[in-house]
Amino acid sequence: MPSLKDLKNRIESVKSTRKITKAMQMVAAAKLRRAQESAEAARPYAERFNAVMSGLAQSVGGSDSAPRLLAGTGSDQTQLLIVMTAERGLCGGFNGNIAKLAKTHAAKLVAEGKTVKILTVGKKGRDAIKRDYGDHFVGHVDLSDVKRVGYADAQSIAKDVLTRFDAGEFDVATIFFAEFVNVVTQVPTAKQIIPASFEQSEDGDAAESTLYDYEPSEEAILADLLPRGVATQIFTALLENGASEQGARMSAMDNATRNAGEMIDKLTIEFNRSRQAVITSELIEIISGAEAL
Amino acid sequence: MADTMQFDLVSPERKLASVTATEVQIPGADGDMTAMPDHAPVITTLRPGVLTVTGADGTSRYAVTGGFAEVTPAATSVLAERAMPAEEVTADVITQLIADATEAASNAPDDTRDAANKLVADMEALRAELGV
Repeated sequence: MPSLKDLKNRIESVKSTRKITKAMQMVAAAKLRRAQESAEAARPYAERFNAVMSGLAQSVGGSDSAPRLLAGTGSDQTQLLIVMTAERGLCGGFNGNIAKLAKTHAAKLVAEGKTVKILTVGKKGRDAIKRDYGDHFVGHVDLSDVKRVGYADAQSIAKDVLTRFDAGEFDVATIFFAEFVNVVTQVPTAKQIIPASFEQSEDGDAAESTLYDYEPSEEAILADLLPRGVATQIFTALLENGASEQGARMSAMDNATRNAGEMIDKLTIEFNRSRQAVITSELIEIISGAEAL
Repeated sequence: MADTMQFDLVSPERKLASVTATEVQIPGADGDMTAMPDHAPVITTLRPGVLTVTGADGTSRYAVTGGFAEVTPAATSVLAERAMPAEEVTADVITQLIADATEAASNAPDDTRDAANKLVADMEALRAELGV
C-alpha cells in the first residue's frame, strides 16, 4: 500500500505529463492545419501535371523510343525502396506502419530473389528498418533541419534517385509514405515512381478527345517532364506524409491526454480513500484511549 | 468568339494566379508565343523567361524558370517549376539561379552540355529583361 505522500507525488507527475501531451496535441493541431494547407496548395499542380503526363504517356508509351523512365529498363531485378517517415516519434503508429509495409514489401522481393536497395527519408523509419534490412541501405536523406518541406527538398531527393537510375543502380523505384485521409486515418501506401505509371483520370475520355500540338515534340517534352514528374510525386508524398504525421501525432496525444486524465481520477480516489482510512484509524485510537481512562 | 480565357499559373507549392485574361505571352522552349482566346490546343515546354498576362485589370509579369504550358481554346495553364511575380524577383534570387545553372552546366555530360549552357544563357537574358 503506497503512502499518502507517494500517491500525491504520483498524481503530480501524471498531471505534468498530461500538460505536456496536451501541449503537444495543440502544437500538432496547429502544424496539421499548415501541413494540410500546403498539401492543398500543391494539389492543382500535381493534378494538372498527371493529366498531361498520362495523355503524353499514352501516345508515346507504346513506341520503342519511349524514355527509360517511362518504359523501364526491361528488368525488375534490382528494386529501390524509398521509405519516407518522420524525423520525430510520439506520433502513434505512423512511423511503424510505414516501416512495416516497407518491410513486408522487401521480404516479398527478397523471397523472389530480387536485389533490394533501401533509401530512407526521415530518421524514424531508418531506425525501424535497420535491424532487419540494415545491410540493404544505400542512402539516407535527413530532413530534421527542414522546418517546412519545400519543392527544393523533393527536387534534391529526386536528383539523387535519378542519378542512381542513370548509373544503372536499380530498375524499379517505389516510394512508401502515409496517405492522409483524415486526422484519425492515415493509410500507409506504396507507389511505384520509376518506371512512371500514371493513373487514368476519371475524365480520361474527355482529355483524350483534345488533340494537342506539341512543341518541341512529344518525345522532347516527355524527356523534359519525366524527371520533373519524379520530383512532383516525391513532393506530393512528402506533403501527404507531413500532414499524416501531424494528424497521427494529434490523435496519439489526444489519447495520451485522456488516459492521463483517467489515471489522475483513479489515483485521486485512491488518495482520498487512504486519507480517510488514516483519519478513521486516528479517531478510533483517540476514542479507545478516552474510554480506557 | 470568346474574347477572354481562363489563365492559371501554378507552381508545385502554390497557385500564383487564376484570372481571366485576353492575352498571355509564354516563353516557350522553341521561342516566345502568345496565347489568345480560341488558340489551337498546344502543349509546350518553357525556358526561363518572363510570362506576361494581359487581363481586364491590366498587365502582370511573372518570372518563370521552366516547366510547361497547356493552351486550349478556353484556357491557358502554366505549370512552372518556379514562378514569382516579376516585381518580387531580387538580384540575389537571380544570381543564385544563375550560379546553380552554371554549376549544373559545368558538371553536365557532353550530350546535355549544350542544353545546360542554353539554360544559363536564358537565365542571364531573364536577368537583363527584369533589370535587376
